[in-house]
Amino acid sequence: MTKTHLTMKVNGNEVEGLVEPRTLLVHFIRENLQLTGTHVGCETTHCGACTVDIDGMSVKSCTMFAVQANGSDITTIEGMANADGSLSALQEGFRMMHGLQCGFCTPGMIIRAHRLLKESPSPTEAEIRAGIAGNICRCTGYQNIVKAIQYAAAKQNGIEYKEAAE
Amino acid sequence: MSVNGMMEATMIPGSFSYHRPTSVADAVKLLASFGDEARPLAGGHSLVPMMKLRLATPGHLIDLHGVAGLKGIRRDANKIVIGAMTTQHELLGSDVIAASLPILQEAAEVIADPQVRYRGTIGGNVANGDPGNDMPALMMTLDASYRLEGANGTREVAASEFYQGAYFTALEPAEILTSISIPVPAAGHGYAYEKLKRKVGDYATAAAAVVLTMAGGKVASCAIGLTNLHETPLLAPDAAKAVIGTSLDAASLKRAAAAAEAIMSPAADARGPVEYRKHVGGVMVTRALQRAAQRAR
Amino acid sequence: MNDMTPTREQRTAALEGLGCKRKRVEDVRFIQGKGNYVDDLKLPGMLHGDFVRSPHAHARVKSINSEEALKVPGVLAVITAETLKTVNLAWMPTLAGDVQMVLADGKVLFQNQEVAFVVATDRYAADDGVAKVVVEYEPLPVIIDPFKSMATDAPVLREDLAGKTTGAHGPRKHHNHIFEWSVGDKELTDAAFKKADVTIKELISYQRVHPSPLETCQCVCSFDKIKGELTIWGTFQAPHVIRTVVSLIAKLPEQKIHVISPDIGGGFGNKVGAYPGYICAAVASIVTGKPVKWVEDRIENLTATSFARDYHMTTEVAATKEGKVMGLRVHVLADHGAFDACADPSKWPAGFFNIVTGSYDFPVAHLTVDGVYSNKAPGGVAYRCSFRVTEAAYCIERAMDILAQKLNMDPAELRMRNFIRREQFPYHSALGWEYDSGDYHTAMRKMMESTDYAALRQEQAEKRAAFKRGETREIMGLGVSFFTEIVGAGPSKNCDILGIAMFDSCEIRMHPTGAGIARMGTKSQGQGHETTWAQIIASEIGVPADNIMVEEGNTDTAPYGLGTYGSRSTPVAGAAIAMAARKIKAKAQMIAAYKLEVHEDDLEWDIDGFRVKGLPEKFMSMKDICWAAYNSVPPGMEPGLEAVSYYDPPNMTYPFGAYLCVLDIDVDTGAYKVRRFYALDDCGTRINPMIIEGQVHGGLTEAFAIAMGQEIRYDDTGNVVTGSFMDFFMPTAVETPHWETDFTVTPSPHHPIGAKGVGESPNVGGVPAFSNAVNDAFSFLGATHIQMPHDHWRNWKAAKNLGVFAAA
Repeated sequence: MTKTHLTMKVNGNEVEGLVEPRTLLVHFIRENLQLTGTHVGCETTHCGACTVDIDGMSVKSCTMFAVQANGSDITTIEGMANADGSLSALQEGFRMMHGLQCGFCTPGMIIRAHRLLKESPSPTEAEIRAGIAGNICRCTGYQNIVKAIQYAAAKQNGIEYKEAAE
Repeated sequence: MSVNGMMEATMIPGSFSYHRPTSVADAVKLLASFGDEARPLAGGHSLVPMMKLRLATPGHLIDLHGVAGLKGIRRDANKIVIGAMTTQHELLGSDVIAASLPILQEAAEVIADPQVRYRGTIGGNVANGDPGNDMPALMMTLDASYRLEGANGTREVAASEFYQGAYFTALEPAEILTSISIPVPAAGHGYAYEKLKRKVGDYATAAAAVVLTMAGGKVASCAIGLTNLHETPLLAPDAAKAVIGTSLDAASLKRAAAAAEAIMSPAADARGPVEYRKHVGGVMVTRALQRAAQRAR
Repeated sequence: MNDMTPTREQRTAALEGLGCKRKRVEDVRFIQGKGNYVDDLKLPGMLHGDFVRSPHAHARVKSINSEEALKVPGVLAVITAETLKTVNLAWMPTLAGDVQMVLADGKVLFQNQEVAFVVATDRYAADDGVAKVVVEYEPLPVIIDPFKSMATDAPVLREDLAGKTTGAHGPRKHHNHIFEWSVGDKELTDAAFKKADVTIKELISYQRVHPSPLETCQCVCSFDKIKGELTIWGTFQAPHVIRTVVSLIAKLPEQKIHVISPDIGGGFGNKVGAYPGYICAAVASIVTGKPVKWVEDRIENLTATSFARDYHMTTEVAATKEGKVMGLRVHVLADHGAFDACADPSKWPAGFFNIVTGSYDFPVAHLTVDGVYSNKAPGGVAYRCSFRVTEAAYCIERAMDILAQKLNMDPAELRMRNFIRREQFPYHSALGWEYDSGDYHTAMRKMMESTDYAALRQEQAEKRAAFKRGETREIMGLGVSFFTEIVGAGPSKNCDILGIAMFDSCEIRMHPTGAGIARMGTKSQGQGHETTWAQIIASEIGVPADNIMVEEGNTDTAPYGLGTYGSRSTPVAGAAIAMAARKIKAKAQMIAAYKLEVHEDDLEWDIDGFRVKGLPEKFMSMKDICWAAYNSVPPGMEPGLEAVSYYDPPNMTYPFGAYLCVLDIDVDTGAYKVRRFYALDDCGTRINPMIIEGQVHGGLTEAFAIAMGQEIRYDDTGNVVTGSFMDFFMPTAVETPHWETDFTVTPSPHHPIGAKGVGESPNVGGVPAFSNAVNDAFSFLGATHIQMPHDHWRNWKAAKNLGVFAAA
């Protein structure tokens, strides 16, 4: 099968590739670009471990072909840190609130939460839970992930974060 | 989706050629020339999973994302016209839809999950013929019509005439659904989309769409649609008739639910046996009617 | 001492030792996408392997035609059982004393069983190759219902066992029978039942489920032809065991096998045993001389790697009319699928199911277990539990509720009446375990007070009356669960895996500048060992946890251990860590005595160093002792400061807990809402409360999924109908309830730091809480036992069977 040439911006860098049309975007990211932070957890588009941010949208990169992302602007977990290298509010929140255990769902969760907070900068708990319903976690039970996102929202809004009493 | 069909496949699609036309005419030409071997690609969240499991193996994918004129939501006299490539996310963010067709937003909210809604299109949802999709029954309830463009020109088909069987629609080979036209419901109409599902992202165990108007405390007009309760979406005119002229008292609601159940034949699957899904279908009709009435002005 | 001197509190806090909510070390790489999982590994020339799998649950394999597959560009080889037979690897031993086909040898025994392994230059070509292999099958009759496995006319499944009337665990009663295991006193138990005032009997089934970690099973095998060495990176919860197993079956010297478990994306028991994918990748690497990667996809994971549970427990309890339990009798029918690949310690074919007397003082009990074969995936494993403990806890906790209903007694009160009392510990159970410590009444009371249990019962009574009056269509349930777990496998006298005793280990080496590195025989898959193990060492030897690097998973450098599963890490490796640290501390004391010019006995330990008794200004910090160890040790002493400990635990540990679930069910749809879930856990000494809370949240979420809809279900021709995340229930953040956690602390008397382990308690205690809640909701309508899972349609069906929808 003849390969197609594509170019796109990933984490602020122009990249290019030569891929078969059937190459899934997640494989292009992981194998061609060697950005292995984005993960594969299923093949039926349920788990969300492969979530990336494309042109302002949270997208499951296992359900898109790389050729469809030609010319797009993509952010993966590797691009989440601040310009000076410090951790973003979300990354900090996940660590402070114990929002991860095995770490496998974490990149997809953080990337999704990143877009969620742009959609809704001060989400309620219910909005957060609905907002991450496309991301499965097996380890945390989601409760501390919710707190991590609330932590990040507070920090981004310049408010002091108050952890809810149990 | 039974696993039995997935035995030879893993998670990598078969090879195909990729096309990205820029006009409807070009898209149609490509579909016509490749025939059975070609599939149009909209949001891809029904087709791509099937391709990964090798349950669908098109030799040619015609990506519609570059085709001009398939986006946009506009009011055109007393109709709302929605471009087929409008995503669920865009529907949810549209002030036009919020003002005139809030039931569309209520339904879009319970389709899949946030990521899928960023890519999934209303065109894909209505044209696929998958009995599990939510928009088709809603379109029938709203008396929508679909604009189909193909090798033989353009035609309008009413949603209520579009669905012929599971994955079997009025779409001819080399035809694309390009837009949906929905008559604006009366101001002060009541509406509800009631969907029971096992979890976020699941298809409906049963769902009902209701659009009605009230006058003097009684139902003046009513339309009821049913999702995933048959091999096609259903309109339930007898159920609707059962409540017109009533105040939605218990007896009328019971008659409506029974009339709706009478036309259902859902598949038995992991969501439950036939008798359960029919029962829940009836409950969805009842609750949708009650909520719609509460909203009506 | 002046204002600059840190206080004792500050010095303790600086260590971030036991009890501290230390933030996790491992997070730093995961939140930046720099985890190091198996599929992230890319080696030069690496090939990919993928399986052709059987669509049939039981069939003869007539032929395998690879001709077209080998023509696919990039496909290099198609390995079948015939290939493997040349190296005697067509079959492999299981951890349970059975054998299992690596690739189909003449027949297949479960849907999705591995038939051929396609090796190609990349995973896309491998999948194309798989699609082109043509296999001819002749279907055979199928057994899916384990109750039919031992029918007289049941088809023969295991032709390889023809004529073998004895298995690894004793005599076999039938060609589809695996083992019979019994424990307890039959005569005394029968006698107790004969004179009982009240008895209950119920078939309580725990459906087949699957651990389903988010990362599937995978490996990269690389055989170096020049050195004759095999390196395997893999998702292994027990890397040393894998190394020994590979050495034995591949006949490679063990020092030439390097097994590395890098970061693992969740295990939950799925990644303990060896799977055909590992063997085939290893063989493919040996044959091609190149590294070979195998990554299974989700459907393969759910349908072919080891399931959990599938226990059908006929349970009887005898009691006095006052509600004192007098005897317990359980017969279990255990469905092991096509091969007994149960991951249990070798003498325990039914794991530790004999913990089934639970938290209650049964004077007598008798248990028998029959294991049988069926046309389903082989197994089962301990899915977030100690071996078969989830089954046992579910069994006894349901039984107590059923008994309470029969006696018309509150389930919490019945439990209080029968708890083992604090003064009875160490407690010898009627089925042979010595429980180390417990204070059940205190925990239960705390649960009941915290949840205002009495008020909830009152509310339930009012709601039931309202339901009967037709004012509401919701029913309310309270699910009590008081579990006692048995973890920390285990003492060498009764626990071994394939003959290797179940000790665990820790090696600590301190560097001159007061930092150190520690390696253990366990392997975290998210439990936070890099963080918590350092906390134990910090408290023991007074070095800040941040200064201790923790490593696990590389069999070349880590001391031999039996891995992480069954909540054994803290009880066993945690003990080894403390013991190794104490050896270091003992040597440190001698060095400090020498440097301070006193006798060792004149020194006392003070947080982060040794102080001379009565002379507070004469102090030597551990940091300074580390330096001294490398330049001025006492004459006759070796320099350096390191120690290793292999810890053979004297007993198991027994964490316990009191859980309460409050839920409401809408009878018309069967939909439910968990209103409240309170979980009190007692895991003894608490190393890191933040991590404990996270473990409880996660375990409760898995319990919720299991109780409320998760199952691996087959239709009667052997097709898996729940083989993907479409139908295999994995709750999202929307369905998952909010969790309230609480605790009591009853240390383990035999553990060096009193810790018991907690990772799996919530799964063990959670399932009965949910199931009891659903059953409790329906009990006033006449139900005695509704089988889980309690998905919507089953709740509705229960309501229907109880007449809720009968015409008025």
